[in-house]
Amino acid sequence: MNGDSNERPMISLRDVSKSFNGKKVLDGLSIDVARGETVVIVGGSGTGKSVTLKHMIGLIRPDSGHIIVAGEDLCCMSTLDLNHFRQRFGMSFQEGALFDSMNVFENIAFPLRRHTDKSEDEIRTRVHECLDLVHLEGVESRRPSELSGGMRRRVGFARAISLEPEILLFDEPTTGLDPVISDIVAGLILEMDDRLGTTTVTITHDMKVAFKIADRVAMLHEGRVIESGTPDEFRASANPIVQQFIEGRAEGPLTESSVLSP
Amino acid sequence: MNGILDRFGQLFLTLFEDIGRWFQMLFRTGFWSVRRPYEVNEWVRQMVRVGVDSIPVVALTAMFTGMVMSLQTFNGFQRVHAENFVGSVVALAMLRELSPVLVGLMVTGRIGSAMAAEIGTMRVTEQIDALEALATNPVHYLFVPRVIAGLTMLPLLTLFGNALGVYGGRLVAVNLMHANPVLYDQNTYQFLEINDLTSGLIKAAVFGTILTVTGCTKGYFTTGGAEGVGRSTTEAVVMASLMILLSDFFLTKMLF
Ligand SMILES: Nc1ncnc2c1ncn2[C@@H]1O[C@H](COP(=O)(O)OP(=O)(O)O)[C@@H](O)[C@H]1O
Ligand SMILES: [Mg+2]
Repeated sequence: MNGDSNERPMISLRDVSKSFNGKKVLDGLSIDVARGETVVIVGGSGTGKSVTLKHMIGLIRPDSGHIIVAGEDLCCMSTLDLNHFRQRFGMSFQEGALFDSMNVFENIAFPLRRHTDKSEDEIRTRVHECLDLVHLEGVESRRPSELSGGMRRRVGFARAISLEPEILLFDEPTTGLDPVISDIVAGLILEMDDRLGTTTVTITHDMKVAFKIADRVAMLHEGRVIESGTPDEFRASANPIVQQFIEGRAEGPLTESSVLSP
Repeated sequence: MNGILDRFGQLFLTLFEDIGRWFQMLFRTGFWSVRRPYEVNEWVRQMVRVGVDSIPVVALTAMFTGMVMSLQTFNGFQRVHAENFVGSVVALAMLRELSPVLVGLMVTGRIGSAMAAEIGTMRVTEQIDALEALATNPVHYLFVPRVIAGLTMLPLLTLFGNALGVYGGRLVAVNLMHANPVLYDQNTYQFLEINDLTSGLIKAAVFGTILTVTGCTKGYFTTGGAEGVGRSTTEAVVMASLMILLSDFFLTKMLF
């Protein structure tokens, strides 16, 4: 099975549909992410980007369709197996989602303590490695509430990479940060991606960030992927919705359709 | 008319959904409680939180309830010249009924609500998703230590409440109503059976489970930001208090 998995996509969503309270959020969405590839999914607020990402790691189960990660269908997995399988993922959340009952060190050490037999010394070394990778130091004993937004994100990254995952998922890593910090954080994702060689899926609505880090950009609209390609292909897209989104215009098919839809 | 029926139907649906979820989470907690790793540090932390931090409020409640019981029964019993039995009545009432129920309700207000707020906040800030993403089951990590703390600490708190309640009753009877202390003590213990003590402690363990499972479950299913956390907290207290009072009746009937 592992032999041919190099050709097979690392993550594959097939015809995934999901409704919440009768409202269809994903409507037959399909997307493949190759091993080692860095895909950025863009789309407007509330179009289901976070929902898509949470499907990839099995935090949300689809109403219909399949999610195949490293050749295994998440939909058929038991809770226990899925729980174990998640060690292959690292995920960073929109606001960092750091555990606020723990300090920075304990946050990053948390997965190491639970899932490895590392000694306290080895854990300390690994935590420092992770913090180095996100260019933070001297914050180990601080509480999440004492950190700035950018620092919280970076601690979230450090926690996500501590178990050396094969797949990294970033949910809006730069939203709410100022443009300079955004650029630094985007650079950091690029750097981590290079150094760790992981398969990476990032969600954002910031086109600048998307073009900076992506091997491939995909746009989500009304529950489907409407455009997907390399940054250059994406820029040159003939789809007026994509063009409106890239340029950030208020008038266009994107806003008209969302006004029309209930 | 239709509107009213509709509202009634909706009410029943949410009620059954709530109850269904409650039992689902109880069973899941049981399932995960025997699974490794055992978060012993976390268990101890929650036990301290439920047990030690509740001591002052339990002490005050139990003490004053014992004192009031004594005062009330002394007044009544004096009319039929049965003052001698005040001690037994206070002890029986405290051990079998008042101590477990009052401890259950006080800890619900103090700890059940705090658990709902804490876990609800974790839910709306995606910390629960983060737990799962870090291959940690939230029921295993959040529910199990809290429910174990409730299950074990409530009987201990009740034991403590028993002692203080009986002592408070004696204090009032002897010092305020001038009962004969030797006779009073004799009467306190004369009619007590071991079952009076254990039935109260069993009740307390059940209440401890109820209030922690309710607090955790309400927090876990929180939606709608800070406002939702407030709603969960209130609902946790109301639901746990009602369940404690209802189950008290059935437990009393069973344990007699
Ligand atoms: N757990 C949930 N329960 C109900 N509705 C949800 C849930 N998660 C997301 N939604 C809804 O799905 C839609 C898409 O959400 P989301 O994926 O968070 O958007 P975004 O693209 O901004 O990340 C929103 O309308 C949101 O209200
Ligand atoms: Mg989102």
